[in-house]
Amino acid sequence: MNPVKIVSGKVSVLDRADVDTDQIMPKQFLKRIERTGYGEFLFYDWVRNGEVTLEANPILAAGRNFGCGSSREHAVWGIQQFGFQAVIAPSFSDIFYGNCTKNGLLPVRLTEDDVRGVMQAGEATIDLEAQTVTFGGRTARFEIDADVRHSLLNGLDEIAVTLQYAADIDSYERERMQPGPATTSL
Amino acid sequence: MPKTMFEKIWEGHQVRRDLIYVDMHLVHEVTSPQAFDGLRLAGRTVRRPDKTLATADHNVPTDGTPVARLIADPLSRQQVETLERNCAEFDIPIYSIGSEHQGIVHVIGPELGVTQPGMTIVCGDSHTSTHGAFGALAFGIGTSEVEHVLATQTLVQRKPRSMRIWYSGELGYGVTAKDVILATIGRLGTSGCAGYAVEYAGPVIERLSMESRMTVCNMTIEGGARAGMVAPDDTTFAYMEGRPAVPKDWERALDRWRSVPTDDGATFDRQLKFDGADIAPMVTWGTTPGMVVDVTSTVPSPDSFESPADRETAERALAYMGLEAGTPIAGIALDRVFIGSCTNSRIEDLRAAARVADGRRVAGTVRAMVVPGSNQVKVQAEAEGLDRVFTAAGFEWRSAGCSMCLGMNPDILAPKERCASTSNRNFEGRQGVGGRTHLVSPEMAAAAAIEGHFVDIRTWS
Repeated sequence: MNPVKIVSGKVSVLDRADVDTDQIMPKQFLKRIERTGYGEFLFYDWVRNGEVTLEANPILAAGRNFGCGSSREHAVWGIQQFGFQAVIAPSFSDIFYGNCTKNGLLPVRLTEDDVRGVMQAGEATIDLEAQTVTFGGRTARFEIDADVRHSLLNGLDEIAVTLQYAADIDSYERERMQPGPATTSL
Repeated sequence: MPKTMFEKIWEGHQVRRDLIYVDMHLVHEVTSPQAFDGLRLAGRTVRRPDKTLATADHNVPTDGTPVARLIADPLSRQQVETLERNCAEFDIPIYSIGSEHQGIVHVIGPELGVTQPGMTIVCGDSHTSTHGAFGALAFGIGTSEVEHVLATQTLVQRKPRSMRIWYSGELGYGVTAKDVILATIGRLGTSGCAGYAVEYAGPVIERLSMESRMTVCNMTIEGGARAGMVAPDDTTFAYMEGRPAVPKDWERALDRWRSVPTDDGATFDRQLKFDGADIAPMVTWGTTPGMVVDVTSTVPSPDSFESPADRETAERALAYMGLEAGTPIAGIALDRVFIGSCTNSRIEDLRAAARVADGRRVAGTVRAMVVPGSNQVKVQAEAEGLDRVFTAAGFEWRSAGCSMCLGMNPDILAPKERCASTSNRNFEGRQGVGGRTHLVSPEMAAAAAIEGHFVDIRTWS
């Protein structure tokens, strides 16, 4: 994935709580077997019925519990391929948050008041190194796991990182692995 | 030091800090094709095909289509055929469409005995928490993580906090596991358990059958937690005994599994209590599983919510659902009834629905369908004559799959159709664009099919 350091620019506003991944990327687009081409289907039903108009700005600001529901990573691919580089919300669902960080889409948790401030300011600058969001003449700090931040800043391939510990996995399997079913002998 | 069940499993699977070994990886056709592509691109292979199991479920038509190449929808066909090809290429065992063991991934794992206490289990599906009913640490992952597990048999994970929800007392007549979890989500909210691994415990849980425990754990994600668990006990072991994948050395396995439950005196980061007697049959009224009330209530008014954001959310939900505040839940008329999904499609669910349907007729205004969770469930239900009970009552009897839970196959709602569903999500458009979903138990769904509107199963005759 590409490294993320600074995301700066206009903010698209989706002022709704509990936006689930079924809305972000509806089921009919999950039948595709590719990893690209999802941008045009972002919020498909809401856009089609005129409830939501979104510009492809660098930043999307949304309500609490963003990305809840289904684990579909297609939701993250769609947001990213539409043009967003970061999502700011008061909270995210765990799986969605993880999916963002595996793809270099920067998820930023701010307080409800600060998210509202970002929405009103209409523009913001996110500095991942400094863990800050600057908007409307002020700066708010956000928290992010140190390892996740490191991996985003450096655009690391998580599988390649884990494979550096292949010897640890080998020894776990040799010495500590618990007995379990073998699906190959079913 | 006394430990929680979650801590024991977590520590027992730590390869190194934040790197967790995965004992079982379940795979289905929707969230895996891009992961296999990633492996090929990087020249990587699947580390442990023997700890991986695949099935086709989301896209499978429930009309009895016997093989993938006969699936009418070209995109669905391509996705299932791609899974079959990927499994062949990487030597992963698969029960695809047409196999006697095909079914919803969270139904076949327990059914085969692949799901066992003390294990770590993952799948590219948020309802993987279902397997926690056996005292396993089981959770949903995204496609990048699917690829990571395929390549390394491990997962990079931060340790969640631990939480126990204790259900005291007992459930009243007509109150089911589905109502327990819906009431819990209603009380705590859709993100109330975010960041936690939840252990469901107490006398109410101990008395639940394994299939009911699976229903509770299944919907854990709808409360924001990724993993839900129940301590393994004699109910667990009785359910597992004799299943194809359970250990040959049964007694030794039992000894091991008896050490899985939380130790006396272990502490949780958060503890909550519910009284089972307070729980009634539940019906969702809105567009999240947390928008739920008991069947004797009315559709709530947006004004009853404290924050402006919640009021607005409720207003939007009511508009989408085509409901007016103050409408009695029991009076809401239905067009469709769906009994199925990884939440409620096991044999006990079907037996419970069949008891309600037996000797009665589905209302003329309702189209109702029953979709067994797996081929094995279907075979067993037919051996017990449940299919004949359902068809005599006017229900459609279908073949195994995810069906109308998520509208990726031909079973969908038309716009504005209102459905009583035993599935897990009432999100906008989940069962079809514009479709209106009310989540309920199998008993409540069956009774609603008969009457054409919701009824309180406790007083209905």
